[in-house]
Formats: sequence, structure tokens, C-alpha cells
Amino acid sequence: MTPEFQKDIYYHMALARAVDDRMWILNRQGRAPVVYSSNGHEAAQVGSAFALNRGEDWIVPYYRDLALVLAYGMTPREVMLHLLGKAEDPNSGGRQMPAHWGLHRRHIMTTGSVVATQDIHAAGLALASKVLKDGRVSVAYFGEGSTSQGEFHEALNFASVHKLPAIFFCENNGYAISVPARKQMAVMDVAARAAGYGMPGVIVDGNDPLKVYEVTKLARARALAGDGPTLIEAKTYRFVPHSSDDDDRVYRSREEVAEWKKRDPLITFEKYLLDNQILSSEELAAMQQKVKDAVNDATDYAEKAALPDPNTLGLYVYHH
Amino acid sequence: MAVMTYLEAIRETLRQELRRDDRMIIYGEDVGVRGGVFRVTEGLQAEFGEDRVIDSPLAEAAIVGTAIGAAINGLRPVPEIEFADFIFPAINQIVQEAARIRYRSNGDFGVPLVIRAPFGGGVHGALYHSQSVEALFAHVPGLKVVIPGTPYDAKGLLASAIQDEDPVLYFEHKAAYRSLKGEVPDERYLIPIGKADVKRQGNDLSIITYGLMVSYAQRAAETLEKEGISVEILDLRSIRPLDVEAILETAKKTGKVLVVHEDNLTGGIGGEVSALIAEHALFYLDAPIMRLAGPDVPAMPYSPPLEHAFMVTPDKIAEASRKLAKF
Repeated sequence: MTPEFQKDIYYHMALARAVDDRMWILNRQGRAPVVYSSNGHEAAQVGSAFALNRGEDWIVPYYRDLALVLAYGMTPREVMLHLLGKAEDPNSGGRQMPAHWGLHRRHIMTTGSVVATQDIHAAGLALASKVLKDGRVSVAYFGEGSTSQGEFHEALNFASVHKLPAIFFCENNGYAISVPARKQMAVMDVAARAAGYGMPGVIVDGNDPLKVYEVTKLARARALAGDGPTLIEAKTYRFVPHSSDDDDRVYRSREEVAEWKKRDPLITFEKYLLDNQILSSEELAAMQQKVKDAVNDATDYAEKAALPDPNTLGLYVYHH
Repeated sequence: MAVMTYLEAIRETLRQELRRDDRMIIYGEDVGVRGGVFRVTEGLQAEFGEDRVIDSPLAEAAIVGTAIGAAINGLRPVPEIEFADFIFPAINQIVQEAARIRYRSNGDFGVPLVIRAPFGGGVHGALYHSQSVEALFAHVPGLKVVIPGTPYDAKGLLASAIQDEDPVLYFEHKAAYRSLKGEVPDERYLIPIGKADVKRQGNDLSIITYGLMVSYAQRAAETLEKEGISVEILDLRSIRPLDVEAILETAKKTGKVLVVHEDNLTGGIGGEVSALIAEHALFYLDAPIMRLAGPDVPAMPYSPPLEHAFMVTPDKIAEASRKLAKF
């Protein structure tokens, strides 16, 4: 892995965190109605994205995946247009709530709100890749709470029976809004569920982007070799409430949050890059400036952009 | 031109479309080696291989959900739900995903997908092998719902559905599979979705219906003709979109309308058809609009007297028509 590659991973993690922070500010200022955050999940999302053929392989994200879609080629401007419901929002033209990603140009599958529906879409995208032999891998992203849904199980089973080029990537942050994982499942690890479908289940430190990159790369190679899907469980943590309307103080202690924050992937990965002289402090400062500029540009651009014309309400119910 | 059953017309269309387009795939429960529980897909796996005619796991949400993904990644999936009654586990994928994807993505994504499912009763299928589920889906913008009433229409409508860029539900009446026969051209042809068809010209009253009930209405009309009652039959062929123009035209022509379907009365498509006529053709009417439909019980019972009591039959259609004609 080249230094440039590692720096690029860091850049996208830092970009995501900065976009995320700005979204919260806009929310608290009353300029954005709701925010769903990737804060804390950046290593899992960016590390896995960088193991894929970005823009060619399909990703099927969920609402937590801001860092993922940025790493996959959605621009900060496009994210902010989506947040503010502007006409130019390429995810939905201002139709969907924020964090309902979808960008055909970059092979980011469109998503709804009911969790685990997207797992089956990843299997279907992969089914087409198997039939068409297009060399693409499809990756479903989801939280551990959604693994209680029947469609999660149906997707893994279907993909494994047909040895589809798919990856199921769980971002396990320990909570489905307020419900802890121990009330979600009677096993310790989501990865254990893979055994029931005849596929490998791999646990990885979701706060280490390089480890996530490695396991995802292996899973991708396995998928392309025709050996079928892999379930990856990235253990991580969200540092903020589920959404801007949530208050996590009622379901998790400040001590627990503080303990995880010691392992903030932004801080630990930055330290790793500096300690190993992969990144100089001058380069870091320049990168931070670049991130700040990108976020300011995106915010300004999106705030000035036009809202949708009410006359477009009836468009795109059907083709033409 | 060959004489075919309704079932054969569907199978031969699937074969023709599979030959025509390498991107088309069929899958579902038992559709491969077994050729489907009704044999609609018999012989197709042998001809096109296991990659294109696929026996899927027994999970309806996965059948529809994977079809959505496959459609977006370049295939033309035509999955089968073994019985329309089994479509409910897939409702979320059909209504919330397939139907909404074009809209929610502002036109960036589309789902060209045809879901075939046998529906309807009168075959001793009881509660869970007899249902008519079409009105539930006709309520949903983003879906198209097609229900052929003849072998000829079965072919042309299926070809159109497969060519369509949007999700289409294609419901096939089980009792029609082998009982309906008719001439079907060998060459490919398209019947536009959303166009109704006058199956019989008449002057005294109009029966507006679809599916198996088209042939039942025709039988009733033949009886009524001998009694001096001239019946027009409008076959809707698709219930979303509805052919509003054709509905109003026949209502205005005869001034008396009987809407017939096997689906439950309340919330059935007859209500929508009646509303359209009331809104746009009220002063052309010589009698109140009548509806003849499956009763408002949860589903069709098994034992013959109960099943018969549920079913809409040619006799019941004739009886309702007489009342309307006399009004």
C-alpha cells in the first residue's frame, strides 16, 4: 500500500468528519432539518470503499454511510445539496430525507428507509454480475440492528446458494438507535451468523482503516473468484446520537462514549501516519485546509442552490 | 397462427422473449426443473440453461428484491411468485422499493421488472391459493398492473410488460390457464398497457371487467342475447393505468354499467371505475352503476358449496345484468 493511498484514505476520513460536523452546525442553526451521521464510522466505511473498484463495483449503503459515499465519489457539494433538499441534489432531487443515498453515476444504489431491504438488492446486483460476467462486486452496508430483519437472512442465503459476487458489510456500533446489541441478537457477533449460510464471517476492528481495507480486499477477491459472498463485521462506535433528533444520554453512559473516543479513528490513524512518517505535519496542515475549503464551498454552493419547483411533484412516477 | 391455451400463450411468449433478449432471466420457486407448479415455464430451463431460468430459494422478498437489483445492474428479470397469495412477504420490496425507486431517485434509477403471479379462485385453492390481490397494487403509483383475459391478450400484454421500463405486475388467472383457448399469432406483437378492449359490442348495458371474468361475462352475454338484452363488454386488460377514455365511452354509449370482478367488493377496482363514471359521465346514465364482486369475507373457502357461494359466475353476471337492464 503506497503512502499516497494511505493519505488518500485519511483525506476522505477527515473530509467526512468535517462535512459531518458542518451538517450538525447547520442543523443546530435551524438551517438543516435533520442529520444522520457517520461520525465514528469513518475507518470502516473509507477503508472498505478503498478496497473496491470505486465507481464500478456497486455499493448499497444505508443512512449511516456519509463517509462511504464521499469515498466512493459523491462530492461534498452533492452531499450538502441533499441535506438541504435542493433541486440539484443528485440523490433524489430533494425528495428524500438526508442520508438516503443514491448516485447511478458512481454505482451507489438508491436506498429507502426500511432497514435490510438493501441487502437483497446487493444480492440482485450481484446476480446480474454473475449472469453478465461484468466483473463487478456488490457490497451491502448495514447496521447490526438490521440483522434481525428477515431480509438480511434471505439476502445472505440467496447470495450464498448462488455463489454471487457479493459482500455483506456490517457496521456494528453496538446500538440500533437505543437498543443495545445484546437485545438484538443472542450471539456475541454478527459474524457468527455467516455459518448458517455457508459463508465466511470475518470480524475486523472497524476503527482501523487498513485492517478493514485488508479484509474487504480478500472478500472481494473471493467474490470475483466465484467462491461466493463474505460477511464482514466491523466493530465500531458512533460518537453522536442516532440523528439530530435523538438524545443518546438516555441509553448510554458518558463514560462509555469517552472510552470509545480514545480510539477515534481520525485521531489514531492520523497519529499512525505521522509516527510512521507517511504524512508530514505540513502535509497534514495543507490537507486540513483543503478539507475546510471543500466544506465551505459545499455549504455556500448548496445554500445558494434553488429549491425544487413544486410543478415537478408529479415527475418520474413512471418512465417518460 | 395456432390455437393455444392461455397458459401456452404465456409460455410461448416467455420463450420468444428469452430468445429475443439475452438479458432476460426467469426465476422463482420451482420454475426450473419442474417448470413451475402450473407448468408455465416447462422446458424453458432445458432450452436456456440454469443461469437464465433459475430455481430460487423459497423466499418471496428475496425473489422480488434480487430482481430489483438485477434489473438495475442490466438484466430484464421476470420473476414468478408461485401463487399471488404468497406475494405478501414481498410487499415491502414491491411497494416501497420497486414502485418508489424511480420517483425517490428523481429519475436516476429505474426498475424494468415483470412479476408474474397466478391468482384467482374456483380451483379448490381455499384461502391461500385463490386470492385476487390486484386492487392492493393498483393503489400504488409507480406500479403497473396487467391482467389478461384471453390467450391473444396474454401474449401481447406480456411482451409489452417485459419491454416496459417500469415494474409491472402480471396476474394470470389459474382457472383460465387451461380452460381458455384462442388463436395466437406466431409473430411477436405488443398490446399497449393501459388500453382497454371492447370484447363485445352491445347497446343495452355495459359490463366492465377483466381477467377470467371477461369470458364469464361473454357467456352471460350470449344467454342474455337470447332474451333480447344486448350487452357490451369492456375488458380493462390493465387496472393501473386504467383506460379512462374507454370506460367513459362505453358508459355514455349504453347508459348502464355493471362492473364485475372476483376481488372483494370494498376497495376493489370497481369502486374506482364507478367513481370515474360518476365524476365524468353521470348525466349519461340511465341507472345507478352496479357492482358485482367477491363478497367482503377475508378469502375464498375450500369446501365446494362455500367456494361456489364466493365465486362470481356467468349465472350471477346474467342475473345482475337482467336487473340492470330492467331498471
